[in-house]
Amino acid sequence: MKIGVCLKQVPATDTVIKINGDATGIVTDDVKWIVNPYDEFALEAALQLKEAGKASEVVVLSMGGADADARIKDGLARGAGEAVRLDDAAFAGSDSLGVARVLAAAVKKAEVGLLLCGRQSVDTDNFQVPAMVAELLGWGQISTISTLELEGETLTATRAAAGGSSHVVQTGLPAVLTCDKGLNTPRFATLKGIMMAKRKKIDVWGAGDLGLDAGAVGAAGAHVTVSNFAPPPSRPSGRTIEGASAGDKARELVRLLREEAKVI
Amino acid sequence: MGSGILVFCESEGGQVKKTALELLTKARHLAGQLGGGVNAVLVGAGDTASLAAHGADTIYTVSGDAFAPYTTGAFAKALESVIRQSDPAVVLAAASPVGKDLLPRVAARIDAGLGTECTALDVVGGQLMAKRPIYAGKAIVDVAISSSPAMYTVRPNSFPIEAAAGTGSVVAVDVALGEADTRSRVVEVKASSSAVADLTEAERIVSGGRSLKSEENFQAVIVPLARSVGATPGASRAAVDAGYAPHSWQVGQTGKVVNPELYLACGISGAIQHLAGMRTSKVIVAINKDPEAPIFQHATYGIVDDLFDVCPALTEAFQASLRD
Repeated sequence: MKIGVCLKQVPATDTVIKINGDATGIVTDDVKWIVNPYDEFALEAALQLKEAGKASEVVVLSMGGADADARIKDGLARGAGEAVRLDDAAFAGSDSLGVARVLAAAVKKAEVGLLLCGRQSVDTDNFQVPAMVAELLGWGQISTISTLELEGETLTATRAAAGGSSHVVQTGLPAVLTCDKGLNTPRFATLKGIMMAKRKKIDVWGAGDLGLDAGAVGAAGAHVTVSNFAPPPSRPSGRTIEGASAGDKARELVRLLREEAKVI
Repeated sequence: MGSGILVFCESEGGQVKKTALELLTKARHLAGQLGGGVNAVLVGAGDTASLAAHGADTIYTVSGDAFAPYTTGAFAKALESVIRQSDPAVVLAAASPVGKDLLPRVAARIDAGLGTECTALDVVGGQLMAKRPIYAGKAIVDVAISSSPAMYTVRPNSFPIEAAAGTGSVVAVDVALGEADTRSRVVEVKASSSAVADLTEAERIVSGGRSLKSEENFQAVIVPLARSVGATPGASRAAVDAGYAPHSWQVGQTGKVVNPELYLACGISGAIQHLAGMRTSKVIVAINKDPEAPIFQHATYGIVDDLFDVCPALTEAFQASLRD
């Protein structure tokens, strides 16, 4: 069985986000790009299953332009055997469902039997694509997992549930799982891995390769339109609480929280 | 085209969750401008009277052993069935672990657009417009959805709760589950280790940073302070990575994004990833001995002092205040 890992290029989490002039996106000139942090947990889980003899290969699937190749190479350097970049002018402007249609088609073409994703990408924070891929493929899904076991055809995973509780869930293959922090500790690429990754090829598939109708993806197929990018509203400036001792400051704070802010 | 607003209402232990009442209240206001009724769907046990008292007209209930605890397959079939039966223009749900797992699955099934974790919903020129944070709140965007229904998950604590009398007629919906809907099963439910609300739903949060220096200090300083004010304990990434607090406590871009009334940051410098995760808190209190810490630029109230002196005093002051 091949395991697919969705990998997305996102701005590093310490990036100061600046909005572009016409409010249609962010300024990317100074952005340092990284692999989406949650995708690293997915890749690590896939590599561990392969090393345990439970998967034949790990294939990285990434949607984006050639500028994402460095991140895909990072996945190959850590141990993935194959990589596909999904790139076509027809994909531009896709909403989450459009992205899911592309990925679902790629999962089929790559003959993947288990798809591992990050629980969300830390750029758009949509939290939608993996569940949509699972639905389009008719597969089971388990979101936001912090443990994972595969015995035969049965997956057992712990997922976050309501009110801080968690559920241990079982489902059969094939399935889509989304990985949370705490599932594992992602490895770094070794020098040998980096050298080997340089020689590995990244396949590029477009709408035609995937048998996708161009009207179902990209802006043409999107139900969701995002506009008017803005910085978050600034907070009114606060004040420093003075006092002769820590105790005085603490009591004054409690008074203000009660009488002024009215939150206790 | 559908009409009206359908609210997916969550319940826990037979109690309707607060998020459901927030959504019903908001739906009532929106329906006044968009037209159509406000209907609720409740899968599993729950108090339908409280839904009616917050504005629900028709309450679709789906019950049976297959619907507790939550599984994606059974709930997706239930929500899909109610959407097909009631044909709403808008579907709302909480951006909770359940809402964020369920809504994209159903959206893909019925070919609908979905906006995740919205923080504002307004009618502009007759159309529903949502605002939602991206980059963990470092930017805000407008979201327009052209499908019917248009689906949204909403961040908890985004809207106030108001009583409003709805018709409250209960319609039991019979949902037959096939093999594809019962693919996964819950083999164990692990209760939350604490009796307090989950971070993403908490109204009050007390978080600690790396300045706490140890797990023991988290237990001795942060936990009692949180308990004294009925808050959920949280932590910065630095504190989690140092092993002082579990991953589930992490607030920030690679942890939980929170939206409480009161956020108390103790010994947290205010890295951009942390600020992203808590900046929508209504009141932010920062306690840090470094007056230059970036967190103070975002704080409603700041105390420049040693947290090991301030936090125990604050624990006592909260206890005294809440006794009054």
